[in-house]
Amino acid sequence: MDIVQILSIIVPATLVYAAPLILTALGGVFSERSGVVNIGLEGLMIIGAFTSVLFNLFFGQELGAAAPWLSLLAAMAAGALFSLIHAAAAISFRADQTVSGVAINMLALGATLFIVKLIYGKAQTDKIPEPFYKTKIPGLGDIPVLGKIFFSDVYYTSILAIALAFISWFILFKTPFGLRIRSVGEHPMAADTMGINVYKMRYIGVMISGLFGGLGGGVYASTIALDFTHSTISGQGFIALAALVFGKWHPIGALGAALFFGFAQSLSIIGSLLPLFKDIPNVYMLMAPYILTILALTGFIGRADAPKANGVPYIKGKR
Amino acid sequence: MEYVIEMLNIRKAFPGIVANDNINLQVKKGEIHALLGENGAGKSTLMNVLFGLYQPERGEIRVRGEKVHINSPNKANDLGIGMVHQHFMLVDTFTVAENIILGKEPKKFGRIDRKRAGQEVQDISDRYGLQIHPEAKAADISVGMQQRAEILKTLYRGADILIFDEPTAVLTPHEIKELMQIMKNLVKEGKSIILITHKLKEIMEICDRVTVIRKGKGIKTLDVRDTNQDELASLMVGREVSFKTEKRAAQPGAEVLAIDGITVKDTRGIETVRDLSLSVKAGEIVGIAGVDGNGQSELIEAVTGLRKTDSGTITLNGKQIQNLTPRKITESGIGHIPQDRHKHGLVLDFPIGENILLQSYYKKPYSALGVLHKGEMYKKARSLITEYDVRTPDEYTHARALSGGNQQKAIIGREIDRNPDLLIAAQPTRGLDVGAIEFVHKKLIEQRDAGKAVLLLSFELEEIMNLSDRIAVIFEGRIIASVNPQETTEQELGLLMAGSTQKEAGKANG
Repeated sequence: MDIVQILSIIVPATLVYAAPLILTALGGVFSERSGVVNIGLEGLMIIGAFTSVLFNLFFGQELGAAAPWLSLLAAMAAGALFSLIHAAAAISFRADQTVSGVAINMLALGATLFIVKLIYGKAQTDKIPEPFYKTKIPGLGDIPVLGKIFFSDVYYTSILAIALAFISWFILFKTPFGLRIRSVGEHPMAADTMGINVYKMRYIGVMISGLFGGLGGGVYASTIALDFTHSTISGQGFIALAALVFGKWHPIGALGAALFFGFAQSLSIIGSLLPLFKDIPNVYMLMAPYILTILALTGFIGRADAPKANGVPYIKGKR
Repeated sequence: MEYVIEMLNIRKAFPGIVANDNINLQVKKGEIHALLGENGAGKSTLMNVLFGLYQPERGEIRVRGEKVHINSPNKANDLGIGMVHQHFMLVDTFTVAENIILGKEPKKFGRIDRKRAGQEVQDISDRYGLQIHPEAKAADISVGMQQRAEILKTLYRGADILIFDEPTAVLTPHEIKELMQIMKNLVKEGKSIILITHKLKEIMEICDRVTVIRKGKGIKTLDVRDTNQDELASLMVGREVSFKTEKRAAQPGAEVLAIDGITVKDTRGIETVRDLSLSVKAGEIVGIAGVDGNGQSELIEAVTGLRKTDSGTITLNGKQIQNLTPRKITESGIGHIPQDRHKHGLVLDFPIGENILLQSYYKKPYSALGVLHKGEMYKKARSLITEYDVRTPDEYTHARALSGGNQQKAIIGREIDRNPDLLIAAQPTRGLDVGAIEFVHKKLIEQRDAGKAVLLLSFELEEIMNLSDRIAVIFEGRIIASVNPQETTEQELGLLMAGSTQKEAGKANG
C-alpha cells in the first residue's frame, strides 16, 4: 500500500466527518467572539439534523436532487430560530450562559424526539430519500495525485465547509462588521461608547452560531446518519466546541482542529483498511475521538486566548 | 461672550441621593474649564448627563447657543462632544488604529481600508502632537500612549469639545507634563476642554476658569487668575484645609525594621532590588523617594511576604521574617496599606464589613471551630466604620460601591486597629481628594506619635517632604542616599532620584 493510496482513504473519510464539526465550530467562533459562551452547539446541531431529515422525508421525492440542499437551508433557519432562545436568555435576561446552553441541549433533544414519536410512532425516522452523494469534482478531480486524494471521492458539503472557514476569517478580521463583533466580545463598554449596539451585535453573533450549528447538524444527517434518532448527534457539538477552543477562537484554527477531530472520528470506519490500525479492536477506535479531544484540550492548548468578555453579560452603565 | 456649552439648572437624582441639584456650567469657546469637586460631589454625573449617558430630570443644555436634547453618546458625538474616560476604553487585543476607527471604519470594497485608517490616524496625531504607534497592540503600549489613543478617538470623530475625566490619576509626573502640553495644543487649535479633577495644582497651572461643585450643588465659577489653591480647597471641601501637615519633631526609639542587604527579583526574573539596606525606628516616618520602577514595589512586596527574598535578611523587632508567609508576617507586627487597593487591598465584591475583617476573620471571636460568627464580625466592622469615618450606606454595601477615599479609610482602619509595630503605607493617597488625603496623613502621624514605625512609599514628592522624618532615596534597587527633609529641597531630591550622588546633588543645590 503506497502513501497515495493510504491518503486517498484517510483524506476523504476525514473530510466527511470533519465537515459538520468545522461548520458548527465556526458558529461557535462567532458567538463566543461576540462574548456569548455557547455550549448549546450540540442542541443546535440536533435541531439542524432533525429539520433537514424531516424536510427531506416530506419533500425529498418531489424536489429530487435539490432536496438535500434545500433541507440544509431549512436546517439553518431552524438553528437560527432555536438559537434565539439562548440569545434572549443570555443577552437580554443575563441568565447564566452555561445553564442556558445546557437547557438548549436538553430542550433540543427532548423536543425533536417528541415530534418524531408523534409522527412516526417510534423513536426513529425512516431513511431520507435524497441524501448527498460523494462525487468527483469536475476539473479539480482530474489533477494528478492531489485530485485523487482530495477531490475525486468527496462531498460538496465538505468543500463548502472549508470555504466557509476562510470566508468567516475574512469577515471577522477584514471587515468593519468583524471588528465590531470582536470588540463587543473583548470590551463591550468601549464598543458602547463608540456607538456600537452591544446587544444587537451579540444577538447577531449567537444567531450566526445557530445558522452554522443547524447547517452542521444538517450536513451530518444528510451525509452520514441519513435518518434521525436520539443518537444521531452524540457529542459532535461538544467536539466542535472543543475544536473552537483548541483552535483558539480563530476560524482557521477551528478548521484545523475540526479536521483533526474529523480524522479521529473517521478512524473507527477506516481503521480496518489501514495497515497500522488493522489490528486494534474497533471499540478503541470508537473511543478515539473522545480521548483525543480530552488530550488535545489538556495537553496541547497552552494559554487559552478566550475573548475577554466571553460569558460576561453586558449591563449598560455599570462600571 | 459666546459659550460652546451651557448646562443650566441641571437636576439629576438617584434613589436616595440628589447627585446634581440645580447646577450651572458655562464653558467658553477655546478655554480649559475645570470642574472641581471632591469624589462623590457629582462631577461625573454632570458629565454623564452632558455625554448622554444620563437624562436629567430638569434643566436645559445648549451647545453653541442651541438648545439640544442629548439622549445617547452617539448624539453627543454628533454634536462634537467627546469624552476621554478615566478608565480607558481600549480593546487590548486591537491595534491602536483599530481602536480609534472602531464604529466609524473607512471602507473599501466591504473591507476595512487599513491604509487609509492608518493615514488618517497619523494625520490627526501629527496635527495635535499626539505621538502614537498606530500599528501597536493597545495592551503593549504605555499608559501615556493609551491615553493619547483615547484622545485621538474623540478627535477622529470630529469632537471639538473634549471632556477629560480625571486624566492625570494614572499618569507619571513626566506624562502629566506631556498631557498638559497636549491640552494646550488642543486649545490652540480651537478646541474647548472640560477638565474634571480634584487636583488643585493642575487647575492653577493650566485652566482658565473653574467651576466648583460640592455635594451636588454648584458653588461658584471663578477665573483661575483671581484665585489660589487655598481658596479653591476650602470652596471644594466647605471648610479650611491645611496643606502643610502639622506635626511635632520625631522622637525615634529602638529599631523596629532592619533590612540588611536584600536582593529581590521581579516577575520577569530581573533583580530589581539589589543589596538594599534600610532601617526604620519606632516613632519615625521613613519616606522612600524614587522614580517609579526603581524597585519600590518589589521592596514592599518582599517585606510583606508577597515576594521571595533571594538573599539578605529582614528583621522585625529582632526576629528574622524574610520569606515567611504573609500571614506570619502580619501577625508578627506589620500593617500594610497596599499600593493598589483594588488588587491587593480589598475584595471588591465582598461587603465592606467583611473586607474590614480580612486580617482577623479567622481569630476569636470572629470565628470558632472553623465557622464564621458573622454577628461578631459585623459588630466589629460597624465600630471601625464609625471610628474611621468610612462613609457607606451600611456595612453590607460592597466595597466596589464606595469612593476611593472611603475604601482607603476602611483599609487603614483594618490595618491600624491590629496595632502593628510597623505600618507600611504604599502610595496611601493615590487618587484621593484633599479631604481624604488630610485624613490619611493625620492617621500616619498619629501612628508615629504613638511610637510606631512607619514606612511610607510615595511618588508625590510633596507628600514625602511633608510627612517623612527621614527620606531614603531609592535608585536602581539601592538606597543611594538618606536625607533629612528639613535640610533638603525638591530639586536636590529630584537629582538624587535621577541617580546623582549626594555630593553632586548638594553642589548643584548649593
